[in-house]
Amino acid sequence: MRDHPRLRVLLALIAAFALILGVAACGDDDDGDGGGDTSANLIEENPDNNGVAITVGSKNFDEQFILGEIYAQGLEAAGYDVSTDLNLGDETIAFKALEDGEIDAYPEYTSTILTSIFEVPPEDVPGDAQQAFDESQDEFEQLGLVAYPPTPFSSANAVGLLTKTADELGVSTISDLEGKSQDLVLAGSPECRQRIDCLLGLEQNYGLEFKEFTPVAIELRYDVLDNGDADLSILFTTDAQLFVDPDTYTILEDDKGVLPAGNVLFVARQQTVDEAGDDFGTTVESVQSNLTLEVMQELNARVTVDKEKPADVAHDYLVEFGYVE
Amino acid sequence: MIVPLAFLDSFSGAFDFIFSQQESLGGGTQVGGLGQVGDLMLEHVKVSGFALAVSLALALPLGVLLGHRGTGELFAIAAGNAGRAIPELALIALLVAFVGTGTLNVVLALAVLGIPPILTNTFVGVHQVDPQAVEAARGMGMSERQIAVRVELPLAVPTIMTGVRTAAINVIATATIAPLAGVLTLGDFILSRNVYGDEGVLAGAILVAVLALTVELTLAAVQWALTPRGVRLQRTGISV
Repeated sequence: MRDHPRLRVLLALIAAFALILGVAACGDDDDGDGGGDTSANLIEENPDNNGVAITVGSKNFDEQFILGEIYAQGLEAAGYDVSTDLNLGDETIAFKALEDGEIDAYPEYTSTILTSIFEVPPEDVPGDAQQAFDESQDEFEQLGLVAYPPTPFSSANAVGLLTKTADELGVSTISDLEGKSQDLVLAGSPECRQRIDCLLGLEQNYGLEFKEFTPVAIELRYDVLDNGDADLSILFTTDAQLFVDPDTYTILEDDKGVLPAGNVLFVARQQTVDEAGDDFGTTVESVQSNLTLEVMQELNARVTVDKEKPADVAHDYLVEFGYVE
Repeated sequence: MIVPLAFLDSFSGAFDFIFSQQESLGGGTQVGGLGQVGDLMLEHVKVSGFALAVSLALALPLGVLLGHRGTGELFAIAAGNAGRAIPELALIALLVAFVGTGTLNVVLALAVLGIPPILTNTFVGVHQVDPQAVEAARGMGMSERQIAVRVELPLAVPTIMTGVRTAAINVIATATIAPLAGVLTLGDFILSRNVYGDEGVLAGAILVAVLALTVELTLAAVQWALTPRGVRLQRTGISV
């Protein structure tokens, strides 16, 4: 330690951060709206679960890694023999792995499941996650899968821009872009331009024409705004950057509901659920109950911006809300 | 029997995708077909061609110079090895900060990939030219520059062209990531699986492979045409 003054500063910062969090949590107590007494959340290890092997999967980006770890560590605390297979690629690969039994469960977004797997046209995807969840029960059953109720937070594609640009243009909703979009460059992932829940939807439902659509890697969605390559960019509502720099970027309100919201459903194999018993579902529903938009953004920020490990961040979340000690 | 049949099935799906338009996976638009394939192929050839030209313009003169002098062997070889290890995706992301997205970004990133094999092979090819041929040229009163360009370079053509062919294949294969930096190449079929489906991904892979093979064969013909007759005969084992 003596040789690492910078490490000491870092630790001091972390301690200060923890203190602030603690104070914030106390503040919640006064409001009496949860977050205070978390002892009821504690996951108890059930010896009956020992020996039941469960493999938790995830797709290939930070939010998914964190979610995968939260579910995995929660189930582990309940006594299951949990292993993880994170970083499975996109939904087509992760879902295949689930159907083939290579993994037993993974978190997936309602909108993605409905549009990409069940081939529901995006305009028919209910805006309400609970409704989407209720309506897709039969589909899951037919595939031998079980989906657990949606997380509190939802992650949706969003049209974002620099706050500076938004002020100059005087826009706050996507509809406001009418008459202005023909001078603006929109950036998004390559597939965006041919997806109805992305560029196609903006063109067909809002009647917008953009000057140009620039395909870019998902990781570059903020860089293109920062360096002026694009005026508008397709962002995600749970992005860490929106948590860290809330004044720098502005999200335009999707006033016609073209970009469907995706709360997360933890999807598991029926066979696994049968073998795992009641603790499985109870644990899953319990650990996700504190995943609000603010919490998810903060967890994402710690991984994406501060480069912390998803496993550590997930552990801290479980400790903070009293799931583990 | 199920596996091979499924295999054939996806291949015929991929060919359907190449030759006729179909509804995108998410719906709402038509994708595939010769029109889109042609557009993306053209763009793919364009950025690859530009990148290869930049690589050649930089690596060829440098390789000849170093090879002729017999110096900088360590540099030429090290550059070759290091070049193979560059993560292209990271390079494209880095270049976005300097030149933004678009053709220039992709061409520069791909050129970096094309330089190493051309540089290394040009150095080796020129360096290993028979010293007696060089001595004879010097005896005839040729300047160093004339020796390099008129004796060493032609004699090194087979080795250099091998490097160019490697560079071309590397560049064409890697140009599939260009859609991540604003340029729509055949890689779009491979990257946007949730638009084009598995048939589209396979079609993209087939098209890139066909393009790479075509370029490889074309460059082999160019190599044959550029190789001096004497060297050609020597290499086929016929004495002059």
